[in-house]
Amino acid sequence: MSQHNDTPSSHYFVPEPSPWPFIAMFAMFALLAGTALIINDIGFGNVLVTLGALLLTYMLYGWFRDVVGENLSGQYNHQVDRSFRQGMYWFIASEVFFFASFFGALYYIRNIAVPWLGGAGYLGTSALLYSQFTGDWPTAGPGDLGGDLTPMGAWGIPALNTMLLLSSGATLTWAHWGLKLNNQKTLVRGLIATITLGLLFVGFQAYEYQHAFAELNLTLASGVYGSTFYILTGFHGMHVTLGAIMLIAILGRSMKGHFSPRNHFAFEAVAWYWHFVDVVWLGLFIFVYMV
Amino acid sequence: MSTTASALHSEHEHHPYGWRRWLFSTNHKDIGTLYLLFALTMFFLGGLSAMAIRAELLYPGLQMLDPDLYNNILTNHALIMIFGAVMPAGAGIANWMIPLMIGAPDMALPRLNNLSFWILPAAAMMLVLSFIVPFFPGGGTQVNTGWTLYPPLSVQVGMSMDFLIFAIHLLGISSVLASINIIVTILNMRAPGMTMFKMPIFCWAWFVTAFLLILVVPIIAGGVTMLLFDRHFGTSFFNAAGGGDPVLFQHLFWFFGHPEVYILILPAIGALAQVIPAFSRKPLFGYKSTVGSMLVIATLGMVVWAHHQYTIGMSLGTVSYFMIGTILISIPVGLIIFNFIATMWRGAMTFETPMLFATAMVLLFSFGGLTGVMLAVIPADVQYHDSMFVVAHFHYVLIPGAIYGLFAAVFYWLPKWTGHMYDEKLAKIFFWVNMISFNITFFPQHFLGLAGMPRRIIDYNVIFAEFNFLSSVAGLIYGFSHLLFLYIIIKAIRGGQQAKNKVWEGATGLEWELPSPPPFHSWETAPKIK
Repeated sequence: MSQHNDTPSSHYFVPEPSPWPFIAMFAMFALLAGTALIINDIGFGNVLVTLGALLLTYMLYGWFRDVVGENLSGQYNHQVDRSFRQGMYWFIASEVFFFASFFGALYYIRNIAVPWLGGAGYLGTSALLYSQFTGDWPTAGPGDLGGDLTPMGAWGIPALNTMLLLSSGATLTWAHWGLKLNNQKTLVRGLIATITLGLLFVGFQAYEYQHAFAELNLTLASGVYGSTFYILTGFHGMHVTLGAIMLIAILGRSMKGHFSPRNHFAFEAVAWYWHFVDVVWLGLFIFVYMV
Repeated sequence: MSTTASALHSEHEHHPYGWRRWLFSTNHKDIGTLYLLFALTMFFLGGLSAMAIRAELLYPGLQMLDPDLYNNILTNHALIMIFGAVMPAGAGIANWMIPLMIGAPDMALPRLNNLSFWILPAAAMMLVLSFIVPFFPGGGTQVNTGWTLYPPLSVQVGMSMDFLIFAIHLLGISSVLASINIIVTILNMRAPGMTMFKMPIFCWAWFVTAFLLILVVPIIAGGVTMLLFDRHFGTSFFNAAGGGDPVLFQHLFWFFGHPEVYILILPAIGALAQVIPAFSRKPLFGYKSTVGSMLVIATLGMVVWAHHQYTIGMSLGTVSYFMIGTILISIPVGLIIFNFIATMWRGAMTFETPMLFATAMVLLFSFGGLTGVMLAVIPADVQYHDSMFVVAHFHYVLIPGAIYGLFAAVFYWLPKWTGHMYDEKLAKIFFWVNMISFNITFFPQHFLGLAGMPRRIIDYNVIFAEFNFLSSVAGLIYGFSHLLFLYIIIKAIRGGQQAKNKVWEGATGLEWELPSPPPFHSWETAPKIK
């Protein structure tokens, strides 16, 4: 609260009652209850999931439409902007910790669980069980679940994907630069380039999965190597897809001229998110593919 | 502190009416009320399951439940109480009080605030479904894992486990969003002059708690996601044959589960730091050391999780680290308790109901903390673990700790919320019945545990019969005493003596400068803090 004239808290924007959170309850319930039914092969799960997904889309559209409208009509002061920014920081922080649980699991499995099964330590289990198991990585475990697999190399598609994602970070910064200079053309071109690179990344990732399933016999069921590989790359890919959808929305808003050099929180929030998935990918490239 | 009079105007009060006011709310007070009513409902649901457990344990042998149903009820009791009652109650009080205490017009992100609330009923429906699905044809087996959900058992449970996993996801999303809101509100919405170190301790307690939630809830979300994949998509995270390790889940669970204990207790400690000075008519002794202690508790609390897993076969060095770290936490906790006692020292103390609960919390929570130090000692824990001693320990921490702290907060602020004084006489009766029956319920369980009675088992050896009988009878009295609590609350909502702005003579803080109940929109013009 440094500048009194700039942001008196008496003008802090408090929205009128909004239906969207209440609608979100039904959407989330239908989506998750439906998923629980589908994975247990119960028929009407599909219906619930479809309804939930439609309702969620409607809710998100309506909620963001309200927020954009309020922003364009100038109801948000500097203090509201700061609330949004800080909210986004901590949302990304929680996402970092979500990925930390998967990276932590990978660390634990590679450095503690698998060596332990291979006989390391004074309580190593291989003396009693699995005497043939040596605990090398990658492994499908002492039971060799899923049969022989070929591990995914780092220098083919993954290296290409690293380049794609890193360049997309650069093109996004280029777009931001254009926005700050009020250069609409650079902004739109930068965003289109970023989205293209992001979608290419997702495409290559899908191709890599198909290749892994069909030719490398590397599936979700391929022991703990397959498990960690797919959960880390899968959740990352999901986040890239989500980020790309968010970027497309931002592109649409940019073309409508919603952003000004001084007022473009939504652009920055999505950019932070994009850089966050970028950094997670670097972690993946090092710890899942290379090491 | 002084306020501008314009903030107190209530004649231009325009608020939405009818169902839209509640379902579509963007008002921190209404959302706080919703949270509190939700928590109260879940508290009674969780209490009902506890009554079923104690009724079953009244005598040795099987009384009315079968073992699977007993374990199902046990699991649901824990999850409903922790995620449905205590956490939402804390969040409800935070919603009500933080903006009033820091002079903010509302929470920083009011619509998000309502989303945090409305995810809870969805999660509660999923929890209830996980309980009842097994009773439908083709519904699979019952959840019999306890709230810890350890694999491999949790991989083998029927589809109700999937509902439970998704309920945990929803509860996690709700907590993280609420925490983001609380952090942003505290960082960004304080009235001019309200520096961080002038802020009431209750706000500090929630600030620390919110960080803990953001850091640890995503870890359990990841953990149960892996569990879901192991159950349905053939992965081997927790399957040794595939190279995984069931112990990995324990680490992920307790990395969340231990800080969760502080998530439950810190808001209660924060409430006590408001109540005790008010009824001792002295400022809090050691404001900064209390804040510092909470920060140390949160930091240490993040790195001692494996003291729940001494018997899994970690190396001696590892378990020693976890033991020492755990015992170290008693230093900041002890410091807070010391500060509370020093605040009371030579104060002009009176014992209205909030202070009764606060005093009981100081005494009994310390006792629960001491048995915690016993459990932290490795060779002792190897004997005590999975016994009724553990049950007694954490109920001494969570009931006189978290729940008495919440009761103290509720009675302290109820006149502010409703505008009416509660029935002090009934409330005191409630306190004494509740406190005495609580102790008779849980104190004997220490002896049962030390004598070797295992926990989470429907039947027990006849040598444990007397203490179990005593515990059950007192437990049923304890459970029913909460009906009195419900009556007192309803009575205060419906009417009673009009509460003054400043309900308690010794209370300090911005919330007491507003009318009781505060107008729908408060602090639209920020108060000036000297």
